[in-house]
Formats: sequence, structure tokens, C-alpha cells
Amino acid sequence: MTIPGWLDDFLWTYQTLIHDLGINGLLALAMYVVLAVGQLSLGQAAFMGLGAYSGALLSMKLHWPFALVLPASCVAPVLFALAIGVPTLRLSGVYLAIATIGLGEVLRSVYINWDYVGGALGLNGIPERAETWMIFSLLGVALLALFLVGRSRFGRAMEAMREDATAAAAMGINVQRYHLMALVTSAILAGLAGSLGAHEADFISPGEYGFEPAVTILSFALLGGIGNPAAPVAGAWFLTLLPEMMRDLPEIRLALNGVIIVLAVLFLPRGLFGWRMKRRAA
Amino acid sequence: MMLLTTHGLTRRYSGLVAVDGVDLAIPEGGIHAVIGPNGAGKTTLFNLLTGIVPPTEGRIVFDGQEIATLPAHRRAALGIARTFQNIRLFSSMSVLENVLTGMHPRLSSNLLATVFRLPRFRAEERDAVASARAALEMVGLQALADSSADALSYGDQRRLEIARALVAAPRLLLLDEPAAGMNPAETAGLGDLIRRIAADGTTVLLVEHDMHFVMGLSETISVLNFGRLIFTGSPREVRSDPKVVEAYLGARLAAKLHAHAGTTDGQ
Amino acid sequence: MLAQQMVNGVLLGATYALFALGFTLIFGVLRVINLTYGFYFSAGAFIALYLTRVLGLNIVLALPLGTIAAGLIAVLMDSLLLPRLRHRRTAELDSLMVTLGAVLALYSIMTAWLGPDIRRFPPGTISADAIEILGVRLTAAQGLILLASFVLVAALMALMKFTRLGLAIRALAEKPDAAGLMGINVPATSRIVSFLSGALAGAGGILIGLNFNAIQPYMGESMMLRGFVVIIVGGMGDSRGALVAGLALGIIEVLTAGYIDSGLKEAVAFAILVVVLWTRPQGLFGRAVGQRA
Repeated sequence: MTIPGWLDDFLWTYQTLIHDLGINGLLALAMYVVLAVGQLSLGQAAFMGLGAYSGALLSMKLHWPFALVLPASCVAPVLFALAIGVPTLRLSGVYLAIATIGLGEVLRSVYINWDYVGGALGLNGIPERAETWMIFSLLGVALLALFLVGRSRFGRAMEAMREDATAAAAMGINVQRYHLMALVTSAILAGLAGSLGAHEADFISPGEYGFEPAVTILSFALLGGIGNPAAPVAGAWFLTLLPEMMRDLPEIRLALNGVIIVLAVLFLPRGLFGWRMKRRAA
Repeated sequence: MMLLTTHGLTRRYSGLVAVDGVDLAIPEGGIHAVIGPNGAGKTTLFNLLTGIVPPTEGRIVFDGQEIATLPAHRRAALGIARTFQNIRLFSSMSVLENVLTGMHPRLSSNLLATVFRLPRFRAEERDAVASARAALEMVGLQALADSSADALSYGDQRRLEIARALVAAPRLLLLDEPAAGMNPAETAGLGDLIRRIAADGTTVLLVEHDMHFVMGLSETISVLNFGRLIFTGSPREVRSDPKVVEAYLGARLAAKLHAHAGTTDGQ
Repeated sequence: MLAQQMVNGVLLGATYALFALGFTLIFGVLRVINLTYGFYFSAGAFIALYLTRVLGLNIVLALPLGTIAAGLIAVLMDSLLLPRLRHRRTAELDSLMVTLGAVLALYSIMTAWLGPDIRRFPPGTISADAIEILGVRLTAAQGLILLASFVLVAALMALMKFTRLGLAIRALAEKPDAAGLMGINVPATSRIVSFLSGALAGAGGILIGLNFNAIQPYMGESMMLRGFVVIIVGGMGDSRGALVAGLALGIIEVLTAGYIDSGLKEAVAFAILVVVLWTRPQGLFGRAVGQRA
């Protein structure tokens, strides 16, 4: 059946948007997990890139089935997360933050200079194995799990350490362990998002995983808030839909993300949707 | 039976010895205090005991275990609980939730049990709430369980902190200047609360600046000055020890006092 | 040829050291990781470009003017963003996020306004002459970099050591709470530190722009990675560390590009960062690092 050209175009665009909503939702959760324990990691874009590239290479060069590729895409992100996360555990949070910013930049320059992964032009022709339902089921499962974990002693511990890590430690909470687990979880979520994205879009390039995307992901969580797991996702969706109304101005969109971060940190510490989860009914 | 002992505990900062070879001995049971004038090193000692700061030298033994190298959260798990001088509550949480956070070392459901809401998880959460309410009752805050923590008065916030420290049934409760900022009525109430806590079986160690508060409350008092432990004894012994008097009043005034006591029928 | 590479490396390293010096100054004194710093680097370069291209000024004038302009922009931005955060419990991370957002907005606006293309200084801005000493070639641009870096660093050190202002800055760095009580005007001193730091970044931008004759809006951002490496390897807040580590990084980068692969420059720098984090996180000269709980 042939569909009229305008409808075809419309569905095609619509499809990309829905896919973006799902992927950005996952990235927002990857950011949430880290902010929820009081850490600042800006590695989500870098982890996403690692997941995307490793997944794409496994599919294209080794022809692995997707069911295997997807979990395997998490290995590289987790390894890098540990390489940076473990030594910075006992250091002030600033170290993790700048090391993760640096990671994104370094990986980007590596991708650009490495012909095996397509250099600056990126990888083309990645098999389209990911379906929209996969992205959204993962998002749904992640949201549910985070809600359930949030309403428990883990959630209380996370909220406590976010507010006052020293007092939390005095309560027997092993802050460093939570920090590391959060970082690894964020690497897994971002890696999966990257791999799914790569197998949906059939083409990836180094610029998608650098500084600008990293900061954009932060803006999702800051705008939405981190009081509950749905808030950053809402922030992500808001910011993903917004540019649809301003399509031709990519620079302005980035500038807007930056301004949002500034305003959120200065004036809106709870974000727009960041209501606390009630942890205990009376 | 000594619950907590330190051996040659020392903390140096470049150019300054904050705590100098302190040999503390806190028996199990009862209320004990560490006092000393400002700058004596009480806060540093407290931070050493609670794991905020590592010792430069020396050992700390709790219930037969060496804990000097253990981080703060491990000490909490062993049964040492504490409050903070400048009250560190979790202001975004309710009163009850604050106390529930204190239950952390006693809860053991893992992630799996939590995510799948297994019976073990539900039972633990129920018990946790029950213990939290009991702790609130002990400090007299049960009526405010659902209020926001930062809406409480100063005295009530102090009580909340104590409830939060108590809920995990610690062996040793360390109170950091608990009477700071309290009026006489609140202070008296605090004293009663501490007595009840000790009567319940928890050993209490106070670090305090307010002499009067401590005199009427503690069994044993250790006195710190310039980072050194200069005296340990009962309140009566401490009051009349010349080194202690000198530490608080200075040598000249102490000499005058001594001379005065000599000419009249001094205590 | 090794000697030439070494010289190039030292020159590059001098600019890195200059860049890192300003960055570490702001961290040491104001306890802020100021990510807008990279923007001042780009801004300085563009202002110098404007001055030479449009106003036809000589580079000898454009350099100090651009430097001062960058410093002023820094004071403006920092006063807008930072004071409100100073007393928050999460001040360190909050200032990091705020400056991150701000720098993204600033870069984007600059790119939207000026375009992403690489610009060059007008020909003749700096003479293409070079001299040869002992078989090593030194261009006029490199000579200027050497001279300017030396002058700026020496001036900064003199300021810190011998003036009242320098004393105030050092006091603010050591004991922020006590400094105000001692009669130091904290807000004014902070603004001066912002100015100095921004000026150093701006100067670095102009010099690097001259060295490679390439100026584009995001140039500050790729410098930031070097900045991070230098301040962590040198020790956060330590000026000697910034100088030593900056020079070392410049040399290592040039040697890597020359003998291994120029595409691996960043990777080598980052690998050094990670190794330092694992083995000696306080860096060469840093004090023991701040504990997390």
C-alpha cells in the first residue's frame, strides 16, 4: 500500500520524536539516579556513546543477535564508570564531576580520530533492531523499579545522604557504596539508551555524545526536579517537545538549556515537578 | 566492664595538637561526661570517637573491638549512635521519616526483596515504623510524627535528633553538647530524658560545656584541657580537684580561691 | 627533531600553565569550579580579533586590551551567578552546575551570533619572522607567547606576594570565614579575583589564537579538558602545581602528537588524569583532598 507523501513524512517525523522521548527519558533517569544520592556525574552522554558504539560494532562487525548485543552494550560504560568512579569515591564530588565532563570530550576526540568506528563521519548502516516498544518497556521498568526502591529504606537513605552526607553516615548509611552503585546504574541505563538509539536510528556520529548532550541531560533533571523518578522524565519530555516548536534554531535550544540550568540552580532547586515521594503513610 | 576505651588517642593538625594522648575509659551503663573549657579539644575528641576524623596516633576500643580505622557508618552499625552539636536533621523529611532513617543499620532487606515487595520487606517496614513511633514516644514527640522536621521548635528538634539516634537501639549514645541553646526548662526536660534513656540500658556519653547540667546528671566526669585528660572522677571529686579548677578559672584565680578556702571554712 | 619539539611543547605548556593558573586561582580562593572560565578564553581571543581586524590595532595593544576586557566580562558573569550560592551547603556542586549551564548558553549565543567557522587574525598581525637559536626555530608569535606568559605569571606572583591585595586574596583562600572578620572586603576581593582569573583566561585565548592562528567560539571548551588535567595533576588551588603541570602537559602533548599520533593527544592527557586520580589524587602539590562522607 502506498501512503501519501505528506503522511509518510509526518509519521517519519513523529516516529523520531517518540523515539527521542523514550531515549531522553532513560537518560533523564540515568541522571536522576546519580543526583538522587547527592552526586554530580556528567558522564551520561559519554556512557551513552560507549553503549551506542560498542553495540553498533557488535551488530555490524560480529553480527551478534540483538538480544545479546543489548546487555553487552553495558560492559564498556560500566568499565569506564568504575575506572573513574572508584578512585573518586573518597574524594570531594568535584573530582567526579570534572572527570566525567572530561571523559565525554576525550571519547569524542577518540571517535573522531579512529577510522574503525568511522571517524568524524560516524557509523552508517547499523541494523535497525530496536523497536519503540523496547525503549518504552525499559523506561517503564526502570521507573517502576526506582519508585519501589525509593519507597523503602534505600530511598530514605538516598534522600538523607543527598541532604547531609555526614549525618547519613552517622546513621550507618554507607554513602560511598550508594554513590558507586548509583554511578554504575546510570552507566547501565545510559549504555542501554545509547545502544537502543543506535539500532533505531541506523546512524551514529561522535557529536551526539559530547559536551552539549551531557549538559542537556543535566537540564532535563534540573528542570523536572529529582524528588521522584517521574520528575526528571517529565523534564526530559518537556524539553524534547519544546524544540519541536522551535525546530530551526538549534543554537537557541542549547542556549535555552543552559539558561534553564542556571535558573533552576539559582531559583528552583526542586525543579518543576519534583514533589517528594511520600515514604510513609501516617 | 569498659564499653569504650581509648589508648593514647592523639590528633595533630600541622602545628597544633588538638587531642593529646587521651586514655578514656567509659564503663558500660550509666551516664558519663567529658567536659572542659573552650578549646580543650572536646569537639575533636568527639569527632575521633565518631569517625569523622582519623586519629594521628592511638587506639579506640569499643566493646572489645578496635574501631579507630573504621569509617563512621561502620561504627554506627556496631552500636554507636550520636547527635550533632548544631542539629543536623533532614529538613525535607517529616519527623517520623527522620527517625525511620535511623533504623537503617537494623534493616536488612536487600534490593530484590524491596523491589518485589516480598513479605520479609513488608514485615520489616512495619516493625521499623513501630520502633520509630516508640522512639518518638520515649522523647515525647509522638504527637508531631507527621509534622515537617524543620517546623519544630529548637528543643523539639534536639529531641528528634535523639529519637533518631535511639531508634536503632545503640549500645552507646554520644551526645554532642545537647544542652546548647536551651533555656532552663528545656534543659531540665533534657536531663530527665537522658536519665530515662540510661535507665533503659543505653550507655550515654555527653560532651558538654555546661558544668551545672553535667554535675547533676553524670556518674563519672572526664575533664579535658589543652587536649589532655587531666582528671576523671565523680562530680564531687571533679569539683574540688585543683587542676580542674585551675583549668576553668586560670591559675591566679584558682590560687585566690584556694587561699580563700584556707581562711574560711571552705567546701 | 627533539629539541624543536621540546621548545614547541614548552611554549604550548606555557599557555596551558597560564590557563590553569587562572582556573586554579578561582578555585583556590573562591572554592568554585568555574566552568564559564573557558568562555573567557574564547572571549579574549574574539575581542583581540575584533580589535586587530576592525579597529586595526596592533597586537601589542590588542593583547592587553583583550585581556582586560575578558577580565571585566568575568567579573560581570561571576557576580551574576556566584554570590547567591556562596553560603549553600552544596555550594561546590551547585556552582559547578550553574557555571556549566551558563557556559553552554554563552557558547551557543556566541556561535549563533558569530558563526562556528574558524577565524584568523589579519595577516601581518604578528610578523612571520623567526629566529634560529642552536638549531631550534622560534617564531615571533612564540616569542610573544613566551614573553607574555612570563610577564603575566611574574606579575601575578608579585601581586600575591608583595601587595596588600595579594595578602587579602591569600587570606580569603586560607580562611574564608575569618577573612571577613579581619576587615577584608570579601565581595570586592572576590570580584578582583574574578577579574584576574578571567584576564588570565583571556590572555591565554589570545596567545593560543596567535599560536595556531585559529579562533572559533568553542575553543575555550577544548581547553577545559587540559585545564582539568592540569589542576588535578598540579593540585587544586595550587599555583606552582598549575605551572609545573601545565608545562609538562604541553611537552607531553607535543611529543605525543609528534611521535605517536596527533589524534591521541586528548586521550593521553585524560589517561594521565585517571592515573593521578588512582595514585595521587591531591596532585603534585595539593593538600590532602576533601573527604566525602
